[in-house]
Formats: sequence, C-alpha cells, structure tokens
Amino acid sequence: MATDIKVKRGYDLKLVGEADKKKVPTSSPRAFAVKPPNFHAVIPQLLYKKPGAHLKAGEELFFSKYNEKVRFTTPVSGTIQEIVRGERRRVMEIVIAPDAEIEFKDFGKLAVDSADAEALKARIFESGCGTFIRQRPYNVVANPEDVPRDIYISGCSTAPLAADPEFILEDQQEEFQAGVSALAKLTTGKVYLGLRKGSSSFLRSVRDVHLVEVEGKHPAGNVGVQIAKTKPINKGERVWTVGPEDVAIIGRLLLTGRFDARRTVAVVGSDAQTRQYFKTRVGVSVDALVGKVDTSKTRLISGDVLTGEKLAANGYMGWFDNTLSLIPEGNQYRMFGWLPFRHNGIPSKSHTSFSWLFSGKKYKVNTSLNGEERAMVMTGEMEEVMPLDIYPMQLLKACLAGDIEKMEQLGIYEVVPEDFALVDFVNSSKVEAQDIIQMGLNIMITEVG
Amino acid sequence: MSFREKIDKLKKPFEKGGKYEKYRPAAQAFDTFLFVPNETTKTGAHVRDAVDLKRVMMTVDLALIPALLFGIWNAGYQYLSQIQTEVGLWEAVGLGLTKVIPMILVSYIVGLGIEFIFAVKRGHDVNEGYLVTGLLIPMIFPIDTPLWMIAVSVAFAVLLGKEAFGGTGMNLLNPALTARAFAFFAYPTYMSGGEVWVMNAGKVDGVSGETILGKLALNDDIAYSTSDMLMGMIPGSVAETSVYMILIGAAILLFTKVGSWRIMLSALIGGIVMGLIFNVLPANLTNGLTSFPWYQHILVGGFMFGVVFMATDPVTAAQTIKGKWIYGFLIGIFSIMIRVVNPAYPEGVMMAILLMNVFAPTIDYYVVQANIKRREKRLETTTLKSA
Repeated sequence: MATDIKVKRGYDLKLVGEADKKKVPTSSPRAFAVKPPNFHAVIPQLLYKKPGAHLKAGEELFFSKYNEKVRFTTPVSGTIQEIVRGERRRVMEIVIAPDAEIEFKDFGKLAVDSADAEALKARIFESGCGTFIRQRPYNVVANPEDVPRDIYISGCSTAPLAADPEFILEDQQEEFQAGVSALAKLTTGKVYLGLRKGSSSFLRSVRDVHLVEVEGKHPAGNVGVQIAKTKPINKGERVWTVGPEDVAIIGRLLLTGRFDARRTVAVVGSDAQTRQYFKTRVGVSVDALVGKVDTSKTRLISGDVLTGEKLAANGYMGWFDNTLSLIPEGNQYRMFGWLPFRHNGIPSKSHTSFSWLFSGKKYKVNTSLNGEERAMVMTGEMEEVMPLDIYPMQLLKACLAGDIEKMEQLGIYEVVPEDFALVDFVNSSKVEAQDIIQMGLNIMITEVG
Repeated sequence: MSFREKIDKLKKPFEKGGKYEKYRPAAQAFDTFLFVPNETTKTGAHVRDAVDLKRVMMTVDLALIPALLFGIWNAGYQYLSQIQTEVGLWEAVGLGLTKVIPMILVSYIVGLGIEFIFAVKRGHDVNEGYLVTGLLIPMIFPIDTPLWMIAVSVAFAVLLGKEAFGGTGMNLLNPALTARAFAFFAYPTYMSGGEVWVMNAGKVDGVSGETILGKLALNDDIAYSTSDMLMGMIPGSVAETSVYMILIGAAILLFTKVGSWRIMLSALIGGIVMGLIFNVLPANLTNGLTSFPWYQHILVGGFMFGVVFMATDPVTAAQTIKGKWIYGFLIGIFSIMIRVVNPAYPEGVMMAILLMNVFAPTIDYYVVQANIKRREKRLETTTLKSA
C-alpha cells in the first residue's frame, strides 16, 4: 500500500552543473570535523577540552548539556587536532586528523529482528547514530526518551542539483533495510519512505515501510512536505526524520557493530571542476573533494543552493549534507537592472522577467541578492511556493512579532526553515524567511519546549 | 574610470564612517535607481529571484503609461475641441503636457521629499512604493486642480496615510486615494461639479466640463456613445477616461502577475451585478443613474481605473486568496451603489476602495481563522482517537 502525493505549489529551479552518476573514493582527506552548530539547541559538553587525544571511530567527543544520552561521536579514528571556537567561546568545530587506517570502537552486533526497541534505541544513541535522527517540531536532535508518532525518510530529492539518494544507496541496500527495520521498532506508528513516482530502484522493495509516492515540483522531495501531505504534525506530537544515507549508517551499526559513518557527497554546480559523487565520511574537509577554491569568486555550499551552509575554502561538510554546491559569487552591479524584462538570464519565477517562459532551460546562477531588503509589499508570491497548508506571510509576521499563540495557531510545529527556502528565493522584498522561521522556532524552544 | 567607479567615489562620504553617513539612505536611493546593488546573499537561500520591489513597482508604472499618455492628449483635446473646430494631435498633446507635467513633478518632489526625510530619520532604505503612488496621484485628479492643492494632498497622504502607520507595507489606506479623498473633502469645489473636468471650463465661457456621471446625477441627457466611453474622449480625471488604455495596463499587470487577477475579475463581477440590480429597479428611482445600462456603468467614471490600478494595491488589499475574491467583489458592489444612491457625489469608486481598504484586514482575519480552526479540529480529532 502506498500514499500518493502531488505537489503543485512549488518551483523547480533548474541549474547547470549536475553531478555525473559516478562514484569515486576520496584520496586521503586532510581532516574531518564535527560542527556542533549543525545541531540546533545543543550545547556541547566537551570530553576533551584540548587537542591531542587519540580516538577510535565511534568514541565520544561531547554530549548535549541538557541530555547526556544524546552523544556525539567521531566519524573517523584519529587525533583531535583543533577545537575551533567562535564568539563567546562557542564551540564551532572539533577537527580530527584521521589515521591512515580507520580503527572502530566495537559496539557489538545486534540482530534487528530479535532485538527489542529499548536495546535498539540504546545502541543507536550510544554509538552516536542518534545524532542523525531529527525531531519535528523544532528541527532538533531527537530525544531518546521519546517514542515518535511516525518516522519519515525521504528517498528522493527535488532541490536544485541535490544528490540523488537512490543512486547513493545502490551499494548499501542491506544496510538500508536493516536501518529501516530498526527504526520501525522505535515508533508506535509507521516508517514512511518517500519515493519519486515511477522510479524503479531497489527502494521500492524495502520492507517495514509505508511508501509515499511523490510527484510534482520542488519541495516535493522535502520530508516536511511529505509529512504535511500524509499526516501533519499536531501540537504535542513528535515525529522523527532521518536522511536516507543516515538510515544505512544506522543499519551498518547494527550489522557490524561499528559507527561507520560513510557519506557519499555529490559535487555539483557551475563552478565545480569535476562533478561526480565522492565516497567519503561524514564531516570531510572540502579540499579533499574540490581542491583549492578561491572563495572570493566561488561560493562553497555544504548542501543545496537553497538551504546549504556557506563554507570557507578549508571548511568541512555539514553533518547531514550530501551535496557540495559550487556557484559563482555575484558581486556585480547591474545598470538599470530593475527594469522589467531586463537580464532574462537570471532565473526568475516572477513574470516580470521572460525567464519563466523557458522552463526547460538550465541556468548558471550566482549569489547576487538581486535587490535589497524591503518591507513586505507583494502578496500571493509566497503562497505560490508553499505546498503546506500554511499562510507563509502571516506566520513570518507572527515569528517577527514573537507572538507565541499566533505562531502556534498558524502552524509553527509543522515547519522547519528548509520549508521556507523557496520563499527566500521568490519573495520580491528579499525577506530572509528561513532565518525568521528559525528565530520563531528558537522562541518556541525556550518558551514552550 | 568607469561610470560605476565614479559613483562609488561620489558615494564614499555617505558610507559608514563617512562625513554624511546620516544621509546614506538618500544616496543609496539614487544609486539603486541607476544600478541594482552588488549585494550578495548572507544567510538563507544562496540564490535569489531576479525580481525585486523596484522591478515590481516599475512594472506598475509601465502599465500606467498608456493611460497617462492618452490622458495628456485628452486633457488638451477636451478643451480645444470646444473652442475650435479642428484639433491637431500635437496641439492637444502639447497643451496637455503643460498641465500634466507640472502635476507629476509636484507629486514626486513633495512625496519623495517626505519619504527621503523619513528614511534618513529612521535609518532605513527608501522603499519604492511611492514610485507608483506619485504617478497615480496626478492621474486621478481633475486637470484644473491648483498645484499647491496637489502638494498639500500629497503631503497629507504620505504623512498621515502612510508614515504615521510605519511606512511602506504598513499603511491601511491606499495613499493615492487618500490624497484624492483629502482634496475632495478639503476643497470640494475644485474636485466636483460641472466646471473642473475640462481645462479652463470655469474661466472661459462656452466651455463646459461636466462628466457623464455628473450629468446623469442631475438627470441631464448625455451625448456620448458607448464607443466614446471605451475610447475615452470624454471629460474626467486626467487618466481615468480611456477604457482601452486601461485595458492595456491591465494586460501588463496580468501578464506579469503583478496585479491580482482575482481582485480585478471579482470587482468587475461585483460592478456588473450591482448595475444589473439597479437596471431592473424602476427607472429614476434616485436619478438618471438607476437606469443607466450596467455595461456603461462599468465603462464610465473611474471604475475601470480604480479596479485595475487602485484596488489591486497589494498592501491595502486583502492578502489571502479567498480574501481577494471577497474584497474585489465588494468593491464592485459598493462602487456602483455609492454612485447611484448617494446624491452628493456622482462617483463611488474612490469611496468604495477606501472603505474596503479598511475592511480588508477583517476579511483576512476570518479567512486565516478558517485555517486556524482546521488545525485545531485536526488536533481535536487525533486526541479523541488516541483517548
């Protein structure tokens, strides 16, 4: 049995620079890093305050100050090289120089079919795999004490140039199945797996899942849309979401007893030299994938161009990201660029440019804001890319006002910033919708919890 | 040195730490008029749509130009055709320009002046909203309005209609209509009656300046055909008369999706419905307007202009999709109703739009409330199930 969902309100931003369907191993990366800011609302309690300690893959680096059961472990074996701190001594990165041969901490195998939920959960969180499980509402790391209503995995991606999960998982079928079966035991509901309608990968034959057949424009592939269209989140409910390759990491833990955080990263974008998939591990230094990049001319983005995180030339991939996008920086002036129907080479959903007429064309896009921030004036443009049953502008205004009751009424529990990524893109007032939603979520976390 | 470098040099004292740092918003406004700035994305999505607010506003200005050009010609034509037998195209345009250009200049100088002062005082960038308002105002005033009167009305509209509410995006009432309504109540003799709609009608004997609606309200006969009304060679506010030209503007707004088709269509339907209702009532119930055919109701006066360019102002209109339907429909209904039933003033579009501006937030409130109720109901049913 499967549920069909179709997304009409959205936008497919077509860009040049797709990755070839080819997987290559990375040649000995310089370093790996765990970045605590990737986990919202986690304040890290470090086990090693200074560099120098040598750890096996799967050994603990830090835990969450508010919940010591949420443990963060190292994805490779090696020596802690540096602990990078930001403003107010906030821990930004824990950098690990990898060993030539990875040594794993042995957690012991666990037969998924016979193990009970508590044992599975304990193993997953103890090994650090729990950090791959994110909870909605709030988009935070899951709490091991919770039993989620349902668990959602999106096996398709519609974001611009995003890595294709079906291709990534081709050689991890057994692990994926084990991961799914384990997750199915952690919830009272179901594990939902979103697949593009008509795809014919092995994912179709995965057991212990409820298939969601996804059709339509971006953000159809976003797990948030799949939740909203199947069983929207109500106040008080907890839903977990897990990335597709992360499910395989969980599966591998149970099959082998190792925290073997393999990550397949697609290098994409018009500024990328070799566009292909790299087989590496979570948190790899990006120079291992793309070499030296002049970041004054090229923007390095861990993730897709709509939701990703801007990286320095010597930065590290984000914990959850499987796409590395390289696009040109857009530091140029455009004379009389505000004239309608001028500069049609810039992608635009708005009909004030002719570019919407060429819907099949792939664009080379840069990071220009194409304007300046203004008051919210135009109405209706945000709604056109919001497939959720949400009034986007009204919710944004409630977040800006910090009105908890209003936010709750308008559906703050159902959204995370990535659901507003296209709103960022289309709105003519250049309002930072994702930031505003994150701000609203932060208020909810501190005030309501 | 390239043009861009020259501008950067000129702008230097206005940047942070510069001598005239305080006036940065003003300098920035001029700069962004020439160039779309080089600003790149800092947070959020790394790539953005080519559209910005300036482009949106310029699209509306573009849509207004056909009606404006016709209005300039018609201003000259309406006067000249009454004092001489033949009127040359350029003769009429020339005369119209001498009247309309000063009106536009006064509107922009006063309005943008106030906007600049507020931007500098509040330290935010100048919003582009006034680009449209500033052009709309001269287009909806009678041709003989004294320039000082336009200046005072603009100042009132921008200060009390807009900045008092917090500036662009926050205002409750359409600023251009606020200016007109202010002038209408403050200087009624200049804004209505039989002598203001044609140039010099009050001064030169033999030139009459009565609008169609004005005549009907007095139960006079009208000498214009339906095609005159479509073409727009009739007296009226500067640019409201030509339905053809307004339709070109509407086409631009609809093609670019800058104007809401829902509001335009529902207002048109509302106007037709109300016109039909009055048509079936006994003739001359109030005055000649009762039996004025419904299709001509739609064509004359400011109805089309108001529906296409004023009712669709996104800030003061309803913001939700359902809300837009209701809002537009009621504007249509009230426009014709005020026209026919109100004895003091033969045109109702301005009042109808301002009235619905006031009610738009209420309409939206109920539409959004439905979404909230749906969410609450979903919560209720799931808790019931699990209980």
